[in-house]
Amino acid sequence: MTEENAGSVAKRFLYVNRRAPYGTLYALESLEVVLIGAAFEQDVSLAFLGDGVYQLTKGQDTKALEVKNFSPAFRALEDYDVTKLYVEKEALEARGLSESDLVVPVEVVDAERMAEIMEAQDVILSF
Amino acid sequence: MKFGILVNEGPYTHEASDTAYQFVKAALAKGHEIYRVFFYHDGVNNGTRLTVPPQDDRNIVKRWSELAAEHKLDLVVCIAAAQRRGLMDKSEAKRNGKDADNIAPGFRISGLGQLIEAGIQSDRLVVFGD
Repeated sequence: MTEENAGSVAKRFLYVNRRAPYGTLYALESLEVVLIGAAFEQDVSLAFLGDGVYQLTKGQDTKALEVKNFSPAFRALEDYDVTKLYVEKEALEARGLSESDLVVPVEVVDAERMAEIMEAQDVILSF
Repeated sequence: MKFGILVNEGPYTHEASDTAYQFVKAALAKGHEIYRVFFYHDGVNNGTRLTVPPQDDRNIVKRWSELAAEHKLDLVVCIAAAQRRGLMDKSEAKRNGKDADNIAPGFRISGLGQLIEAGIQSDRLVVFGD
C-alpha cells in the first residue's frame, strides 16, 4: 500500500474527461497522464462528463480518420489498479447512451454526486 | 502556499498561458512558492525560442524565460507532447536525428511524472486551459 512507499504522500487524484475521443488530442493525452500517473501509487479516479462519455463507447472505428482507436486502453486500466471510473448520468442520457454501451464497468452518478466526488479530491486534472 | 501550475494551451491562440503567467507573477509577489510550471498538450509551444511576435505585442515565450531566470522557476515541457509537436532541446534533437533544437532558455524537457509529482508536492495544482 501507499504507506510502504516512504517519502511519498498519497493524494486523491481525479482526471476529468470532458471531450470526445477524436477531433482533438486532449482525450488521448489525458489517458497518457493517467497511465504514467498510475505508477505513483496515488488514489486515482476518472470522471467522464459531457462529450467525454463518448471516450468509453463500444465499437469505435477510427480507420477513416486515420487515427489510432485508443478505447481498448481503457480496458487495461484495471491492470494499473485504476478502477474508479465515474460517468455522469445526465451526459449519458442526453446522448442516448447507457452503461451497456461502454467498454468498461463504470459507476454512473448524477451531477450532484459527481460534484461531491470532485469536492473530495486533492488534485483535479481537467482535460 | 506552494503552487503547481499546468499550462495546457499554446501561446497567442489561447489566453491560458497569459493567465498562468499573470497568476504565477501575482503568487510570487504575494510570497507564495511555485513548485513547478508544467506545459502539456499544445502548451509545449510556450517553450520554443523561435517565436517572433510583433514588436508592439507581448513576447510570451521570452516573458516565461525571464520570469524563470528571476525566480529560479522550474519550467518543464512534457517530452511526449513536445516530440509530437516538434519541440526539442539539444540532446533530444540528437537522439531523434534532427538538425536543430528550439527550446527557450529556462525550460527543460522531461516526462509526465513531473506533472504527477507537482500534484503530490504542491498544496494546490492549478490548471490553465480550455
